[in-house]
Amino acid sequence: MTLLETERVTVSPVRRGTTPRRTGRGLAGYLFVAGYAVLLLAFGVFPTGYSFYLALTNDRGQFTGLNQFVKVIQDYRFAPAFTHMLIYLVMWLVTLVVLVVLTAVILRSRVRPGTSALFRFLYYIPGALAGVASVLVWLFMLDPDVSPVSRLLTAMGFKTFAAVLAPGNLPLILMLIAFWTGAGGWMVVMYGALNNIPDEVIEAARMDGAGPWRTAWHIQIPMIRQWIVYMTIMAFATGTQLFVEPQLLQTASLGRVSPTWSPNQLAYVYAFQQGDFNGAAAIAVVLLAVGLLAAGLLVARSNLFKLDEK
Amino acid sequence: MTQTTLFLTAVRRRVRPSRSLPFLVVGLLLALLLVFFVLPVIWLLLAPSKTAGEVVRDNPLSFGSFHQIGTAWRHLFAFQDGAMTTWLRNSAIYSGGSLVLTLAVSVPAGYALALTKFRGRKTLLTITLVTMIMPQATLVLPIFLELNRFHLIGTIWSVILPFSFYPFGVYLVYIYFGSSLPRDLLSAARIDGCTEWQLFARIALPLAKPVVGLVAFFSFVGNWNNFFLPYLVLPNSDQFPVQVGLNQLLTSTPSFNPVAGAGLNVTIPELALAILIAILPVLVLFVFSQRTLVSGMLAGSSKE
Repeated sequence: MTLLETERVTVSPVRRGTTPRRTGRGLAGYLFVAGYAVLLLAFGVFPTGYSFYLALTNDRGQFTGLNQFVKVIQDYRFAPAFTHMLIYLVMWLVTLVVLVVLTAVILRSRVRPGTSALFRFLYYIPGALAGVASVLVWLFMLDPDVSPVSRLLTAMGFKTFAAVLAPGNLPLILMLIAFWTGAGGWMVVMYGALNNIPDEVIEAARMDGAGPWRTAWHIQIPMIRQWIVYMTIMAFATGTQLFVEPQLLQTASLGRVSPTWSPNQLAYVYAFQQGDFNGAAAIAVVLLAVGLLAAGLLVARSNLFKLDEK
Repeated sequence: MTQTTLFLTAVRRRVRPSRSLPFLVVGLLLALLLVFFVLPVIWLLLAPSKTAGEVVRDNPLSFGSFHQIGTAWRHLFAFQDGAMTTWLRNSAIYSGGSLVLTLAVSVPAGYALALTKFRGRKTLLTITLVTMIMPQATLVLPIFLELNRFHLIGTIWSVILPFSFYPFGVYLVYIYFGSSLPRDLLSAARIDGCTEWQLFARIALPLAKPVVGLVAFFSFVGNWNNFFLPYLVLPNSDQFPVQVGLNQLLTSTPSFNPVAGAGLNVTIPELALAILIAILPVLVLFVFSQRTLVSGMLAGSSKE
């Protein structure tokens, strides 16, 4: 399929690049990026600017300063939504980083290559069920009536589906779902990154008397640090976007989970139930700021993306 | 489960006395993760073979009958006069259409960012990196308003156009060309009289197959699974992609919605079957792509 697409693409892009070479080089560059630049303006730059505009004005287009922000922050649903997100993010990121790195190191240095490949493949497969599908699967896994681990659930004190879906359990449930779909792919990537470390380096560490764990801690993990940072940024960005997962759990809990559990859901309610797009935009801007701030910190501290160049 | 025991015996054979404790811990961790990742998949594969009653009463990991799979299939596709078929077709159109568009714009763009010089290149690159790490869902509301202003809500373009904007794809192509296509090669070809278009089409593109595959994979999978945007911009059930359709199925299932779902034939086996069908294209890609994916991602990364 990818092959097919390649063939198709070769004929489609701008053909006007065939201008004389001297004057044409800069021009050719523009023509090559033209299509992307249009999409970037339309669906990247413009929406960002537009949300700032909306967040700073009212529904009649009058400039209102920070009033929209004050309004949404004072909303009684604002603090809980962001607290939920924060609890979930901390749980999710810590679990993800620790378990993914640990498992990748184990699969790389403590397991035979063939076995390791099988494990990586099996861990990675649930990634195909991202989105709605994964939530539905986990609704079944957590329903003591049908779950294959219903004994475990009962032993932990969850006798009914309703008990499992108690609002306080949501961060944990969402973390399970996110880990189930996302962690395997990252384990595969981390394993690949570990594989890229030259054997001589590991060998030298062993000659110096380092055991497998010390090698992992002092050599392997520092050498794949950029990938760990990259994973954290991406997981953080996805974590701030919770929408469909709590939305479905809310449906399944028959309304006992709040419909504004996550900030995105709150923004949705503002926009489509209260018709207040300015308030919704203010929430989006706050989310955006949180996301960019965290990503910016990580990028700055890790030299990731320091690739430009020569 | 058998994989676990297989693995454990494999481990035991290798155990040396001094290392047996860490090996036990390591084996336990891997086995627990295996159960965690695989058990739900096995359950999902078995559920459509049982009736709703059997799913509750029987052993969760038992197989029912093939006949029952057929029944679940008929119930599922009879739901709202074959809505499932429509949803799957929509998903294919949206993901396929935006895949073509994504590749058509991001491959030349990544190439130009890596290997040509023009004013504004650095700016474009920076904006690309920033949008890449931006939480995309925060832009969905303003994009909705923008599409609304251009009267695109409810058309296929309201999904395909935003889906086609894929900065991560451009970034991957940029890294790939920047690290694997020597500038000298291009300069030499220029001296030989190649036009810029010929350089791209004859030299760069044939070398780009691995990264094109990578971008295609991420773009297709991401768009196929996307929920938020189509959920907002497509008002009618017959326009839903299958992910939004699954949401509708869930709200029609008696076990999760006793009021609205009563009397419908969509129960747990039908829902499980719907999940399986909905993820099938992505699952096929996943099964065949693991190795290529990793080599592709790391090929671009290791040479910063």
